[in-house]
Amino acid sequence: MKADPAGVLTGAHYLDGDFACGEGAMAAGCRFVAGYPITPSTEVVERIARRFPTMGGSFIQMEDELASMAAVVGASWTGTKSMTVTSGPGFSLMMENIGLAAMMETPCVVVNVQRGGPSTGLPTMVGQADMMQARWGSHGDYEVIALSPQSPQEAFDLTVEAFNLSETYRVPVMFMMDECVGHMTERVVIPEPDEIEVVPRRVTEKSKEDYLPYRLNGHLVPDFARAGDGYRFHTTGLTHDERGYPLMSAECQEACVHRLVEKILGAAGEIEHVEEEATDDAEIVVISYGITSRVAQLAIEMARERGIATGSLRLVVVWPFPERRISELAGRVGGLVVPELNYGQISLEVERIAAGRCPVWHIGHGGGTVHDPETILETILEAARAAA
Amino acid sequence: MNPDLVRDPLPMPEHPVTPYLRMERIPHVWCPGCGIGTVVKCFATALERTGVDLEKVSVCSGIGCSGRTAGYLRLDGFHTTHGRAIPFATGLKLGRPELLVTVVSGDGDLVGIGGNHFIHAARRNLDLLVILINNFIYGMTGGQNAPTTPLTARSSTMPFGNFEPPFNLPHLAASSGAPYVARWTCLHIRRLTWAIEEAIGRKGFRFIEVIAPCPTLYSRLNKLGTGLNGMRFYHDNAEIRHGADTRDVAIGFQEPILCGKFVDEERPTFSELMDSHYGEVLGDEYVAMPPEGGFLHE
Amino acid sequence: MSDDRKRAAGDDGRAGAPLAEARTEIRITGFGGQGVVLAGHIIGRACAIHGGKQATMIQSFGPEARGSACSATLVVSDGEVLYPYIRGTDILVAMSSEGYEKYRDELRDDGVLLFEQDLVHPTFKQGQKSVGVPSTRIAESLGRAIVQNIVMVGFFAGVTGLVPEEAMRAAVGGSVPAGTEELNLKAFAEGLDYARHAVTAPTLELRRPPAEGVTV
Repeated sequence: MKADPAGVLTGAHYLDGDFACGEGAMAAGCRFVAGYPITPSTEVVERIARRFPTMGGSFIQMEDELASMAAVVGASWTGTKSMTVTSGPGFSLMMENIGLAAMMETPCVVVNVQRGGPSTGLPTMVGQADMMQARWGSHGDYEVIALSPQSPQEAFDLTVEAFNLSETYRVPVMFMMDECVGHMTERVVIPEPDEIEVVPRRVTEKSKEDYLPYRLNGHLVPDFARAGDGYRFHTTGLTHDERGYPLMSAECQEACVHRLVEKILGAAGEIEHVEEEATDDAEIVVISYGITSRVAQLAIEMARERGIATGSLRLVVVWPFPERRISELAGRVGGLVVPELNYGQISLEVERIAAGRCPVWHIGHGGGTVHDPETILETILEAARAAA
Repeated sequence: MNPDLVRDPLPMPEHPVTPYLRMERIPHVWCPGCGIGTVVKCFATALERTGVDLEKVSVCSGIGCSGRTAGYLRLDGFHTTHGRAIPFATGLKLGRPELLVTVVSGDGDLVGIGGNHFIHAARRNLDLLVILINNFIYGMTGGQNAPTTPLTARSSTMPFGNFEPPFNLPHLAASSGAPYVARWTCLHIRRLTWAIEEAIGRKGFRFIEVIAPCPTLYSRLNKLGTGLNGMRFYHDNAEIRHGADTRDVAIGFQEPILCGKFVDEERPTFSELMDSHYGEVLGDEYVAMPPEGGFLHE
Repeated sequence: MSDDRKRAAGDDGRAGAPLAEARTEIRITGFGGQGVVLAGHIIGRACAIHGGKQATMIQSFGPEARGSACSATLVVSDGEVLYPYIRGTDILVAMSSEGYEKYRDELRDDGVLLFEQDLVHPTFKQGQKSVGVPSTRIAESLGRAIVQNIVMVGFFAGVTGLVPEEAMRAAVGGSVPAGTEELNLKAFAEGLDYARHAVTAPTLELRRPPAEGVTV
């Protein structure tokens, strides 16, 4: 369906990534936000707090991030699209109820404007070191979807995509911004409402007598019923059967967890979103995401001017990981270069997929600023020399 | 045998609260003599008496013995994470304002790990009915000390007796801003049912503490006998004092338990304040969340 | 932190090697409360929304809300801006002495300094162009010292000619609080006028070509 015009601020704006993300959420139909102030993400909720009262949205500043995430899961069970926004320290606190959202299969979006860590780290400066936490941060086995924007424009566009994915797969979606994109102001074009495709909550068509909250109906994502529609269903964070009742058995655990994983990994082909440039005849491919992909692009152009056939693969959706595509590349390129603002997260995944078929060159960085393009260039040149 | 003498057995009459329960999940997990089932019965009876639309009632629980309550009531039921039933319920209420959102959970859950949420929800006067079943101990994990364990009482983590002062829960709720505060024991079945019934008719953060026996752990560790002994203790030691100053209702080990309705005031709720404030400041520009929620229809 | 990283962050107060991007790098500095970020926002908006260019603005965040040296950086380009930070400044706008002292050495040898002449007393350097404006006094003469930053934006527009005046005017009108447009446009006009009458230097060519030796 098309976006609700009430939430769409059509036009060309000069916005920072945080504001653009907030606009994306409102355009996507988000009408409940719970948050707790934390730099560098707070501007997202400030924007929303100012605009929600004119569009029937409800914002509440909760007492902490544990509560924010719990409230988001609760609100989503009413069918109201819901989101919370945070940065590293708050993301850690949210892990508890991100797990609940995954287990109850609750659509919601969690924005993490990444800053340098660990702990309180660098509140006002950039980092990309929460990427593994986004996937594995809550205990137990589950899968999520994670996206990473590289500009304020993408902070808008991809927030809409994040909501759409969360609705389609009934899964918490991690929106992995970074401080640089969040606090960077650029031109952002917001389309007309009828040019924005949004996925509404897919509510069950079954009768109250026939409905079971976790019974499958043709695909791995079960039908949703809203609280208050008369289905009088039960759901729990415990391992549960298709009635949503706790069932403590190895068989039920296998069925429950296997489906949580499989509904995402099995659909990875549809969820994956990469942007490729000149990978067809590339000798070296740079794999990057978020703000790092912009700096990497500059290095790639410099490498090409030096005669190195350098391609770019940008992860727009980071989780699920584009394993097949990276595996294909690993089988025929001379090296994969992975710059990121951490000491080895996505590069480990690339190494796993490459499985020794080509060298993987990780360019680590503690955060606080972005890579120098010259540093990335040096590694591309080194990778090209090694491959020759 | 004379076939006339073989009669159909008398049809078993249905228990009056059966329609409110998930009978397919019975027997429940609670121990013999536990007080939680009594609270469930009183809650169901109160729902029946008020005649509220059951399709619009949600019940949220956290983790622990009392946290299993949501799983036995035939309502939209949410068995959430430990301590987070109140913020989860906050989302439900704000996401679909027409719902009657209730929280039934235990002392360790709501005021131990969830204590911060409890005081803030009371401060905001969120429209939630919170029933806290206080058995003075962590039951499901095996009898550890709770923030409600009376001084000197034994628990598995205070084997020589508790030396930490406990919360006085009605006072905590009232001083945080709750407009309705009551306490009953599991013996006061009718009064507890009336209280729940009355609280359903009120608005804002309504808090009912129910003192419940835990024969398996609290009573055993403290040599207090069976559930029946617990009831006898309530019978002999519960004193009804409506309107008591909540500063005076703290509970000591095996000391008299003051019960009653302590606070019953009218105070604007979070949503009412939001509506009136935005209405005043923004005028016609203000669009409130629709009662049925911010749901995007096709 | 390595020297390279410091240079990239632009925080060591020295001009770094230019990037292989054709771009104009700008820093606006002042003390908190002077409207440094709004000034940067208006210039960026004029370029990106009304001027047909790309403009990436980054505001530097410190823990202090008021009174300390505060700055915003802008990268303006006809093409895509990939590297978001600045490596040196082609144009330094200094509205406070502390800000000037902190960032003066990152101004390139052929860079341009615009300064609040009653608050900043710059050391002139061969090859650099320096032009001052009594923006606070002009703002006070309009009755509101708070529009000092907009006077400076007008002065910036007149001196640099980075984007057409109209684009700047549209950005001022669209960025200031509702109800204050008239006052702010007046402040802008005063700054622009001061640049026209008080500054004799011709409009400067500020678009930096790709650096020699960085690209092949």
